[in-house]
Amino acid sequence: MKKLGKQTIKFDNPPTILECGSIVGPKEAQGPLAKYFDQTLEDEFWGEKSWEKAESKIIKETTNMVIAKSGISSQDIDCVFAGDLLNQCISSSFGLREINIPFFGVFGACSTFVESLCLGSIATESFANHVLCATSSHFCSAEKQFRFPLELGNQRPPSSQWTVTGSGAAILSKDGNGPYITHITPGKIVDMGIKDANNMGAAMAPAFADTLITHFTDTGRSPNYYDAIISGDLGYIGKDIAIDIAKSKGYNIKSNYNDCRSSYF
Amino acid sequence: MNPLESKKTYQDYVDKKSPNSKILKNCFNAFWVGGLICTIGQVILNICKERGFDTQTSGTIVSILLIGISAFLTGLNLFNKIGKFAGAGSLIPITGFANSVVSPAMEYKSEGYVMGVGGKMFTVAGPVLVFGISASILVGIIFLIFNTQSVTLV
Amino acid sequence: MNINWANVFEISSLLKCFLVGGIICIIGQILIDKTKLTPARILVIFVTTGAVLGGLGIYQYLVDFAGAGATVPLTGFGYNLAKGAIEAVKETGLVGAFTGGVKAAAGGIAAAIFFGYIAALISKPKMKKQ
Repeated sequence: MKKLGKQTIKFDNPPTILECGSIVGPKEAQGPLAKYFDQTLEDEFWGEKSWEKAESKIIKETTNMVIAKSGISSQDIDCVFAGDLLNQCISSSFGLREINIPFFGVFGACSTFVESLCLGSIATESFANHVLCATSSHFCSAEKQFRFPLELGNQRPPSSQWTVTGSGAAILSKDGNGPYITHITPGKIVDMGIKDANNMGAAMAPAFADTLITHFTDTGRSPNYYDAIISGDLGYIGKDIAIDIAKSKGYNIKSNYNDCRSSYF
Repeated sequence: MNPLESKKTYQDYVDKKSPNSKILKNCFNAFWVGGLICTIGQVILNICKERGFDTQTSGTIVSILLIGISAFLTGLNLFNKIGKFAGAGSLIPITGFANSVVSPAMEYKSEGYVMGVGGKMFTVAGPVLVFGISASILVGIIFLIFNTQSVTLV
Repeated sequence: MNINWANVFEISSLLKCFLVGGIICIIGQILIDKTKLTPARILVIFVTTGAVLGGLGIYQYLVDFAGAGATVPLTGFGYNLAKGAIEAVKETGLVGAFTGGVKAAAGGIAAAIFFGYIAALISKPKMKKQ
């Protein structure tokens, strides 16, 4: 692999995304992406006694499911990159206790899954043949840790975020027939001083725009090279802001850009 | 127009972009729900006075009853629906205080009955007691300073 | 049980109570919608304001006018704390500043703790609906 421009890495032997899968909660199951999820849950507890235990169960079942779908034995997986929102990433570390694969815990908040794919790709160019990447989040455990008790009678402003309850996992393979990860552009932290905990889209949009534009500059590509440009967690306000920022820097992403959060619910 | 020129320009840009809550509707709901809760309190107060209780005791009875009802409604998962609708209408009366005590206690039940329910009860409401009681102590002291002619120190 | 129900449901007292209580809640709602203050901070502002206005003797007029419309909102809780402190200072001097507030609010605090614990015991947290 070699470095392109300021931040981008180009792979000489691009890894293949062999398999992927997801399990989500009941609210996500009612959204427009419902048919793309492998499994949906009836409630947020899934038989467990606490939100945190439920979240651990979700990531455990998701990773087991993806490994089974791929046909590869877990012993042939060289390492796993996984993370979540909770303190000490307990959801991933407890959930993957029995997986018996070398474990790299990562924390990137809303960027955790892409971060694990980036690190997993780099691993395939060095020591790994197969890498498992996984992440999870749970609305109730996130609210409990970061915001307010669920039963508190407070009003949420229109811009407030709704954390997804669910887990996604993917297996990367050194050899395969695609889809390939050809380039990765790790992004910088960009803090424009948004302190409103109820407007995370606005807090995150500048970093997204900065990473995207750096990617275009490093690779020499323009937005319409891509069939789709997708962000994970900006929401409809963050999405609008991202389009505006890109436009102010001369990049028109409006026609092929979409955001997962604004598509989820 | 570059919204990212500086932190200040970005924050102004975000404020313009963010949708406003429906403030008129929210104020209307807060008004009548809050007014209704206070009126229920007044009815209880009037009943107490008719039964011969003095003002201080009547007020305490109103507090205890409203707090008990709010705790009950929070436990039944009903209060947060009221709160979502009424906003300040349920937060500002003493019902909001009760809800802010019960809700974290319920949430942390999974961590045990001593450290969970017992320990986390005041995560939201704690500041109310700290500042309210401290303010009352200061009021008492200032009153004392300005009235030392009519009061003896010990 | 000789309760004069006409006195209990006396319209003008209930109306004054409803109006004042509602208006105090509107002030709170404006803070919720127009500022980024969290619920805990808004409650602190209200209770402290009530204590200060109670200490200055101003809140008493509102209480005389609107009854529960002034005492049920959290400003009333602050007023009750301040009034309790002043009464206790009149009786026992400096010690009263420390005992009076908590004594006046004792019933409310104890009820919140006790009913809070029971409600938490018999309840089950559920997922929030949008």
